[in-house]
Amino acid sequence: MAEAAEKEFWRWKEYNWHNPDLDWRSAEIVAAGVDVGSVSSQAVIMADGELYAFASMRTGPDSPASAENAFNWAIAGTGLTLPDVHCTVGTGYGRVNVPFAHKTVTEIACHARGANFIYGPAVKTVLDMGGQDCKAIRCDEKGRVTSFLMNDKCAAGTGRGMEVFADLLGVSIEDAGEMSLRVDSEPEPVSSTCVVFAKTEAIGLLRAGWSRERVLAAYSSAMAHRVVALLERIGVEPEFAVTGGIAKNAGVVRRIEKELGVKAARTSYDTQIAGALGAALFARALAQKGK
Amino acid sequence: MLANYGYQDGSGEFFITIDTGWCAACAAKGCQAACPAGVLEVGEDDYGDMAASVREEHRRKVRYSCAPCKPGYRGSRPPCQEACAAGAIRHSW
Repeated sequence: MAEAAEKEFWRWKEYNWHNPDLDWRSAEIVAAGVDVGSVSSQAVIMADGELYAFASMRTGPDSPASAENAFNWAIAGTGLTLPDVHCTVGTGYGRVNVPFAHKTVTEIACHARGANFIYGPAVKTVLDMGGQDCKAIRCDEKGRVTSFLMNDKCAAGTGRGMEVFADLLGVSIEDAGEMSLRVDSEPEPVSSTCVVFAKTEAIGLLRAGWSRERVLAAYSSAMAHRVVALLERIGVEPEFAVTGGIAKNAGVVRRIEKELGVKAARTSYDTQIAGALGAALFARALAQKGK
Repeated sequence: MLANYGYQDGSGEFFITIDTGWCAACAAKGCQAACPAGVLEVGEDDYGDMAASVREEHRRKVRYSCAPCKPGYRGSRPPCQEACAAGAIRHSW
């Protein structure tokens, strides 16, 4: 029996990067942060407080292996080895499964610290839209958490939800955000708060003749509405910043901005590494204390 | 730090809020022993403060873990709040 080839529209790109202009050998402290999330794992290497290298890849069924793979990919081609790293901090859903970590720190504290580095000390409210959870965080100018709230019981408002919709509509996950903005008027958000039932509702809308753009717009609005409710529980103080994979989805971010009436801070950094970056900053502080 | 543990789903919002600043300053920490369901635990947070938190295994089911202590079932306030000398524990529901 022949099987139809199926494109995986949800499949986001894995990547690594290192700064060719920096040499870790001349750094006094090399610190690493590894964020093992429910969907993706990131490793970040910092050389004396500067971002040196990172990698982002899918988390497999084996968390320790995911942590090692992300770390090994981050250091690929740099000549750096694990013994050269002075301190490593593990974070994320699978943080207890980072075998080479000296310490674990919660993803809440790491995301706030990472956002502080990425967006600067003016950021007081951070929304992390992760693969399978959503975190609303208030922090001070040093990136220390003053209030937080996390929702990991429901996938609505998470990256996984957007993956489901990308697959349903046959739209690459990277294009879903821009595509959802290509509507003449904003449709009513899908009513359901559950991804599975939102998908059922979307299938009904497609059958009723809605375009893919319009369905994506309806789902993006529902996502925005859902996370805004979380943010309102802790209160939003500008500047406001979004981290995680969904921060790259302009359709969702624009709708959150509209509903909150606050613009989200922009950055050239990769927003998906915020947690691992925060972990690396904690690791650097630990290494400094140890010296 | 205002730590909100719990969740929001289709049935509502269920969060236990712990003010870790007030909690860390309280020496007694009677909440842990007062909770009949073992929902609370005291430990060091990310910034080195000793404060109560909701155990990981209860975070997605606080509505049910805490239900037997809710007003109407027992006293007017849950025992964790009664035992908290610092007034650092709040329930959202």
